[in-house]
Amino acid sequence: MRKRKGPKEMGEVKVSSREGPDAGVSRRDFLRGASVAVSGGVLVGTDVVKPAEASPRAEVMGPGKVLVKLHVNGRKHSLSLEPRVTLLDALRNRLDVTGAKKVCDRSTCGACTVLLNGKPVYACSVLAIEAQGSRIQTAESLMQDGKLHPVQAAFVENDAQQCGFCTPGFVVASKAFLDKNPNPTPEEIQRGLGGNLCRCGTYVGVRKAVMDAARALKGGPLYG
Amino acid sequence: MADYNWPEPGKTRLIGRRINRVDGPAKVSGAAKYSYDLNLSGMLYGKILRSPHAHAKIVSIDTSGAKNLPGVKAVRVIQEAGAEIKWAGDEIAGVAAVSEEVAEDALRQIKVEYEPLPHVVNEEDLTKVSGREKPAQEQLKGEPGEALKNADVVSEGYYGNAVITHCCLEPHGQIVSWDSDDSLTVYASTQNVSGLAGQLGEALEIPVPNIRVYCQNMGGGFGSKFGIDRWGVECARLAKLAEAPVKMMLERDAELEVAGGRPSLFANVKVSADKDGTITGWQSESWGTGGMGGAGVPPLPYVLTGIPHQKRKHTFISTNIGGARAWRAPNHPQACLVTMGAVDDLAAKLNMDPLDLVLKNTDLVGERKDVYREEFMKGAELMDWRKKWRPRGQKRVGHKAYGLGLGMHTWGGRGHNSTCSLSINPDGSVEVNLASQDLGVGTRTIVAITAAETFGLALEDIRVNLGDNRLPVSGPSGGSTTVGGVSSSTRRAAQDALEQILNRTAPALDTSPDQLIVEGGRIQVKGNSSKSISWKQACGRLGVNSITTTGRNPGKGSLNSSGVGGIQMAEVSVDTETGVVRMEKFVAVQDCGLILNMKTAESQVYGSIIMGITYSLYEEKIMDDVTGQMLNPNMEFYRLAGLGDIGEIVVHMMTGPGYDDRGVIGLGEPPVISPGAAIANAVANAIGVRVSTLPLTPDRVLAALEKGGVA
Repeated sequence: MRKRKGPKEMGEVKVSSREGPDAGVSRRDFLRGASVAVSGGVLVGTDVVKPAEASPRAEVMGPGKVLVKLHVNGRKHSLSLEPRVTLLDALRNRLDVTGAKKVCDRSTCGACTVLLNGKPVYACSVLAIEAQGSRIQTAESLMQDGKLHPVQAAFVENDAQQCGFCTPGFVVASKAFLDKNPNPTPEEIQRGLGGNLCRCGTYVGVRKAVMDAARALKGGPLYG
Repeated sequence: MADYNWPEPGKTRLIGRRINRVDGPAKVSGAAKYSYDLNLSGMLYGKILRSPHAHAKIVSIDTSGAKNLPGVKAVRVIQEAGAEIKWAGDEIAGVAAVSEEVAEDALRQIKVEYEPLPHVVNEEDLTKVSGREKPAQEQLKGEPGEALKNADVVSEGYYGNAVITHCCLEPHGQIVSWDSDDSLTVYASTQNVSGLAGQLGEALEIPVPNIRVYCQNMGGGFGSKFGIDRWGVECARLAKLAEAPVKMMLERDAELEVAGGRPSLFANVKVSADKDGTITGWQSESWGTGGMGGAGVPPLPYVLTGIPHQKRKHTFISTNIGGARAWRAPNHPQACLVTMGAVDDLAAKLNMDPLDLVLKNTDLVGERKDVYREEFMKGAELMDWRKKWRPRGQKRVGHKAYGLGLGMHTWGGRGHNSTCSLSINPDGSVEVNLASQDLGVGTRTIVAITAAETFGLALEDIRVNLGDNRLPVSGPSGGSTTVGGVSSSTRRAAQDALEQILNRTAPALDTSPDQLIVEGGRIQVKGNSSKSISWKQACGRLGVNSITTTGRNPGKGSLNSSGVGGIQMAEVSVDTETGVVRMEKFVAVQDCGLILNMKTAESQVYGSIIMGITYSLYEEKIMDDVTGQMLNPNMEFYRLAGLGDIGEIVVHMMTGPGYDDRGVIGLGEPPVISPGAAIANAVANAIGVRVSTLPLTPDRVLAALEKGGVA
C-alpha cells in the first residue's frame, strides 16, 4: 500500500492513499485520536503504531475549535472547526461542497474520493486540519468553462451511472488514475479503480468510460 | 380523437434508440443534489441511539447528560422504560445538535439500562429455533407422493439463500423543516414521493396537504424506501422540538442493520422425472426469516409452475433481526435458486445437459414458453454453451475447475397508476409535471423521450419536473411499474396536447389538422415540406395561454402490458485450493416489451447482473448467536463486488415483432432474479458437488469440496 505523507505542519500523521486496498489502520476514528494529540501517535507503514519521537514541531490542537484554512476547488476558506472533523464533513457540512458523498465513512467504498494536490484520497479518512496547505479538488472542479472533463463526458456517454451516488467519487478516482496511468490495460483499470464501489452495478459502463477517456485525454476521439 | 398508441416500430426517432440520460451531466459533475446533500439555513444534525441488544426490556433511560451538553438542541426518548426491544439497532432515543460530532457526543451521554431477554438471530438450523416457527403455506396439487414413487429418477437436494441487505449508498433518511405549527417540508430519500405525506401526516396528526415532499435525486432504494420509517417521524419531532430544520441520515451500520433486509429461504426439495427428462413431481419443505414480521411466501416451484404433482410447505421463522423490506423482485431470486438448483441437480442425475432438460420442460412454464425457447437458443449462442458444456467436474485446468449454469425467471411489471400534467407554452417550451421519482433508472429521460417523440422535438426541448408531491400523483417506484406508468401517462397527455396544437395551427397552413405532422421541430403538411411552420412559431400563436393537458395511466390504448421472461447463463471458475469463485462470463437474454431507451434498459440488466453476482458470491447479513448483533454492519465485511469481480457480461434484449408490439413493460426486477441460480449451478457444474447456500464464499465452497467433488 502506498501511503501519502500529510502536510508537514501536522506532524507525522500520514494519510492513507485510496489506491489499493486499505490496510486498516488509517481509520478516521484512529486518526482523530492521533490528531488530537498529534505528537502522541504515528502511523508507520502498515498496521504499526509507534509512539512518536519528540518533535520540535509538535503542537497540540483542540479538542476545542481551531482555525482551519482550506483551499477547495480554487477558493480559499477559513473555518472554525474541532480538529476531529473530517475533510469530508468539512466539505459537505460546512462548505456545502457535496460532490464527495458519505457512504461507508471508513475508507472502504471510495464515494468520498477527492484530490489532495492531484492525488486521490478518501475524504472520510482525512482530517480537515490535515488537508490544510493542500489543493483540494472535488468532482465539481473538473468541469471547465461549463464543459465536462473527458472523464465526465465518457461516464455520461457510457451510462456509467445509475443512482449516481458513487459517481462523483468514481469520476475523481478515474481522473487521478488516468493522470498516473495514461495508457491503461483493462486489467489495470479493474485493479486501479477496484477501491470504488457501486451498488447499482454500473461497472460495465465504468470500464468502457475509463478506456474511452484515456483515448480522449490523448487527443483521440472520445467515442472510439 | 387522439391516437393513444406508440408510433409504429421502425418509425421512431428517439424511442428504442441509445440515448444518454438527461441528468447524466449533473451527476458526473457533483451538481446533482441528493437529500443527503442539502444544507438548510440553521439546520441541525439528528442522530439516533440504537439498542445493542437483540431482545431486551428497557429498564431505565436517562437523557439528562445529553440534554446538558452544549450544542444539543433537542433530545427525545423514542421507546420508554418498559418497552420490549426486538432487534439490535432498534431506535431508543434521538438527538438534534449543531454538528454531527456534538450529536454523536450526545448519544454517548444517554444512559440506558436493559434487561436482556433470549434471542434467536439465525434460522438455517431448525433445531435452534424452537418456538419461533409459524406455518405460512401448505399446498397440494395432484398426487406428488405417487409421482415420486413411480418416477424413473428422483433428485433430492438442499438449497439456501442467507439474509442480505439493501445497502443503498445514499442511506435512508431525510431533512424535515417545519414551516408552521402544523405544516412542514420533508426532503427525503424515497421511492414514494406521492405516498410519503400520507404516512407522515398520520403519524404526526397534521393535515396531509400541509406536508411538502421533495426528492430530486436519490441514491438507491431497491425496494427499501417506500415508507417514512420511524426515523422520519422522529426527525420531524426533533425538528419541532428544536425549532429548526433537522437532517437525519442513517449511519452505515444502521443502514445495514435495520434499513434493509431480504428474507432468507432454505428448502429441502425432491423433484422427479421420467427417463426422458419430463418433470413429473415436486415436493418442497422450506423456511426462512424476515425478522419478527412476515416475509411473504416464496413462489415454489418457480416458473415451472405447471409441474403436474406438487406439494409444498413453507414455514416462517421469526428472528430478532431488523425487519425485511421488499428487495428487488421480492422472493423471486430465492425461489429461482431453489427451483433451478433442484432442476440442475436433476439434470446431473439424468446425465443430461441442463439446457436440454429445461427445453424438454418448457411446456411447464405456461404462456411464455416460446419466448423462453427463443431466449435459451440466443443465450446458448452467446455463451457458446453447446461447445463449452461438460458434465459435472470434468473441466479442469490445474487447480481451477470451470463450469456452466443457467436460470430462468419471470416478472409482471405493468405500469402503475400515474397522472401527469403537460403544458405547451407560448414560447414553445414543453413541460411535463408528475410526482414521480427517478431512482437512477432513467425515469426523467423516459418521460422526456416520450414527449419529444410525440412532438417531433429534441430531448432538450422538454422539461421534466418530478420529485415534488405537489405535482400530479404518480405511483411509488416499485415492482418495475414506473416505466410503464409514467411513459403511458405522458404519451396520453402529449397526444392530447398535440391534437390541440395541430387544431390551432391548421388554419395558418390552410389545411385540416389530420393533414399535419410534426417533425424536426416543425409542423408541416404531409408530403409537402414547403408548407410548414416552426414549432416555436406555432406556439407563438397560442397568445398568452398555454395548452395544458392531463394524462393518466391506466387509460385508453395499449401502451403498456405485463409479463416478461428472461434466461441467464453463467460461466465460472473455481479455485479448488482456495475455494474462490471467479466470474468468467455471464449472458443475459431478456424481454421487456417495447424498449423506450436501449441505453438505460441495458444498464438495468447490467446492473441487475452485477447485483446478482454480488449476492451470489459476497453478500450476507452475518448475525452473531451470542450477542445477537450483526457482525458486518460496514462495507469492508458486508462486501459488494468491485470492478474486477464481474467478468465479461453480455446482454441481449429481445426486440422486434412479438416484443415491441406488447407495449412498455418494466425491467427493474426481472434480470436480478436468475444470477443466484445460474452462478450456483455453474459452481456445481465446475466442482461436481453442490454448494447449497448463497453466498458461495470460499469457506462454503471448501466445505462442499470436503464432502465430494473434484478437489
